[in-house]
Amino acid sequence: MLTTLLIVIPIGGTLALWLDPWRNTRRACWFAVLLAVAEVGLWIGGVAAFDFGSPGLQLHQRTVWFADLDVSYAVGLYDWSLWLVGLTVIVTAAAVAYGFRANRQRPGVYLSLLLLLEGATVGVFTAQDLLLFYVFFEAMMIPLYVLIGGWGGPGRLGATLKFVLYTLAGSLLMLIAIIAFGLEQGTFDLAKLGSSSSTWIFLGFLAAFAVKAPLFPFHGWLPDAYREAPPEVTAVLSGVISKTAAYGLLRIVIPHFPDPVSDWRVTVLALASIGLVYGSLLAFRAPDIRGVIAYSSLAQMCLIVIGLFAVNDSGLDGALLQMVNHGFVSASLFLLAGTVEARAGTGQLKLLGGMARGRPVLASLLLTTGVIALAVPGSTAFAGEFLVLNGIFARGWGWAVVGAVAIVLAAMYVLRLISAVLHRDVGSAVHGHARDLRLVEVGILAPLVAALLFLSAWPASITDHAFGGKPAATVSAQFKE
Amino acid sequence: MLVTLFLAPRHRRQFAALVSALCLVGAGIAAIVLFTKDDTGRGIVADAIRRDRLAELAQILVAGAGLLGVAVAYREREDVERVGELHALLLAAVAGMSFFVAANNLMTLFLGLEWFSICLYILTAIAVERLTSLEAGLKYLIVGSFGSAVLLFGSAFVYGASGSLYFSEIGAKAGGSDRLFLVAGLAMILVGLAFKVSAAPFHMWTPDVYQGAPTPVTAFMAAATKVAALVLTLRLLVTAFPADHELWQITLAVIACISLAWGNLAALVQSDVKRLLAFSSVSHAGFLLMPIAAGNALGGRALLYYLIPYSAMSLGAFAVVAARERELGRPVGFAELAGFGWERPLYGGAMALFMFGFIGLPPAGLFLGKFYAFAAVIDRGWTWLAIVGAVATVVSITYYLGVVRAMYLTPSRVAVAPAGGSPPRDVFLAAAVAFSVLVTVGSLIAAGPLLDIAREAVASLPFTS
Repeated sequence: MLTTLLIVIPIGGTLALWLDPWRNTRRACWFAVLLAVAEVGLWIGGVAAFDFGSPGLQLHQRTVWFADLDVSYAVGLYDWSLWLVGLTVIVTAAAVAYGFRANRQRPGVYLSLLLLLEGATVGVFTAQDLLLFYVFFEAMMIPLYVLIGGWGGPGRLGATLKFVLYTLAGSLLMLIAIIAFGLEQGTFDLAKLGSSSSTWIFLGFLAAFAVKAPLFPFHGWLPDAYREAPPEVTAVLSGVISKTAAYGLLRIVIPHFPDPVSDWRVTVLALASIGLVYGSLLAFRAPDIRGVIAYSSLAQMCLIVIGLFAVNDSGLDGALLQMVNHGFVSASLFLLAGTVEARAGTGQLKLLGGMARGRPVLASLLLTTGVIALAVPGSTAFAGEFLVLNGIFARGWGWAVVGAVAIVLAAMYVLRLISAVLHRDVGSAVHGHARDLRLVEVGILAPLVAALLFLSAWPASITDHAFGGKPAATVSAQFKE
Repeated sequence: MLVTLFLAPRHRRQFAALVSALCLVGAGIAAIVLFTKDDTGRGIVADAIRRDRLAELAQILVAGAGLLGVAVAYREREDVERVGELHALLLAAVAGMSFFVAANNLMTLFLGLEWFSICLYILTAIAVERLTSLEAGLKYLIVGSFGSAVLLFGSAFVYGASGSLYFSEIGAKAGGSDRLFLVAGLAMILVGLAFKVSAAPFHMWTPDVYQGAPTPVTAFMAAATKVAALVLTLRLLVTAFPADHELWQITLAVIACISLAWGNLAALVQSDVKRLLAFSSVSHAGFLLMPIAAGNALGGRALLYYLIPYSAMSLGAFAVVAARERELGRPVGFAELAGFGWERPLYGGAMALFMFGFIGLPPAGLFLGKFYAFAAVIDRGWTWLAIVGAVATVVSITYYLGVVRAMYLTPSRVAVAPAGGSPPRDVFLAAAVAFSVLVTVGSLIAAGPLLDIAREAVASLPFTS
């Protein structure tokens, strides 16, 4: 029931906001913020009610949807997917608050679409039926399309079309794979589905997730979409939506396709390694703030995929931790980029600089997030990347070397970003009267950064409370009854 | 049962609409009652038509489409001239389709086809003061008659080969000495039905007729004709030609592929919304032929389920176009839609839902329709056909999203109110759109019961697999 509530509250809120007489007014915005915060509260309630001792499905609910193909409305949470839901609700709450503060046109509709996106994303992370998973996976598309297309930058129309074409092309292949897999097994229930050795079905799933993550070379939509969307939408897109792809790999592909996974491991790892280095290099060369963060997201998602495809304890733990880390890091960075752009009117690095002077709060937050992003020892990203590299080392030291090189590159692009925005000479677009972060903005960003600091202090809060302590065994065995 | 309405008085719009609405509601309720009461089908009128659940479900859908058509048509004409004819012809078309879907021999098939087709020819041309409407009517008449003639010719061949007009007897006697004539007849009947379904390459009339006909007529025609023609196609092929199933299955698969390719590619370059929706209808003919081509019970269910949200969405989409047309007093292209979504939240939101739904995105029930259609062909072993469908869907994204983009993402360039102020609020049109939205979304949520109904409807058909 609680899981259903997590899905229904934001979607119901969306409908309420659409039908409401006070739409597009401040009260509607407060209502949206309230719902987003209530959702966080509900999730905390879920954590409190959760029994971390057992690795099985909890807080679940199941109702038959249509019986002839054994499709049901089945939702539930695992001890590890709980953290991804947490990431979703916290980042969305920040994004909704940021959108309210940024005073978008038609704010009621705008915020309601963010809530709709949240509902669909939580649905993806909790669905325990393949078709239901697909419904939520596709349902994320509509709010994203309207959000980017309606409120994005000047190049938004091309960006949205490219985004939708890429994503739907991938997910339609997945639909065919889902049908073939479900018909082959006689059910669409994830708990009842066994394993399959069909390479084609595996590739169908992989296509959807490789586009959504994105994995090199399926990232063509990424730079445009991340640049043109409003910052809070980009924060959700890179922080949360990209994780649905990693989730799909972890929940569907790896447990149900053990043979194809090991057959295709080298290919996937090679693509991910190329993407990791390529993304890092592009991030280093990107001319604007959002470009740096966008390409670094590409690199980070590739790193997560490397961890997943190691399919061992360390790799899976690291990938999960890194999913949460990167979610918070990229959401904070994109929101910070938004605040910088709002002050300077541009994100071009060559027009920025010297923003640290007289703006200590902005500088501190950006520096803290950046330092965590570059995985300085002691940070949670360091813990995550260490686990990923440790895991992949077992599959071949060469992959670990590529990963380590990429971490050095990460340090380069993050430090370049920090120095180009905060330090150096004052840029031509930076005016003396551009103020430091306002209290509201700090209030929006603080929870995200606090979450990162908390995880840095205690990364085991996730790794010790996921997969029942035995990732590889759990992932390969848990889903088969 | 509906023939009495030919006498409906012509002098009052309200009266005509009320009478036809009541008749349609009555017909719908009658069909629903028959559906629930009657679990074994039977032939009536010397077995010339069958009263079974397949026919009854199709009749419910057609009557529903007719009812929404009446609601959309209510304020179509400012003058009351020809209002009576419009409603009477609409009712006659519904009656003809109800007869057609129940046809059990080749004679009633042809009679039913001509019955509703002639009504539709006149309905298309009913706006006699518009040249495009007349042209569309004439074109529909000529091309449609050609299709009917081919179908009749084919029926003659089949009769000659099998010695029977009845579907089941044709099926039983197949494999005789006159296979050549039987197959030739089957092919010609398929061509004739493909004209009605507007499957490529027999769709040439579709864009012109859909564009030229008065929009409420297009709305009704697009939804109801598809239901009637596809249900009959399913019944005819499965009952009368089980022995040749390999042949018609692969033929339908090829026609489906051509429709998907042609419809989608042609839709890409349209700027008139009605024309765009016409080509979208051609492409959906392809999707709808896929489950028939699969030739299994899953496909039968898929077809009947698919038709429910599809009829609602296609009717709703044309209804929204009608609303905008009346507001501006001119044909609706992309430019006319600019800003429409924000000005008219209900119509805009509904249209966006329909467009996302036509692509196959939830929460529209068409998503499950596509899922089922793909499942049917994959179950048949034709994964390639599902992949063709997926590719076609990707192509279709561009133009469906083009409509959404025009409505929401493009600033308004046209003056909303034409000279003399906005037209009066049209409660019935809005209700029709709202009902379409309800069916569209409801069919996804209530998929379980609806699929049970679809299963019961096709239970009487003798599927080979």
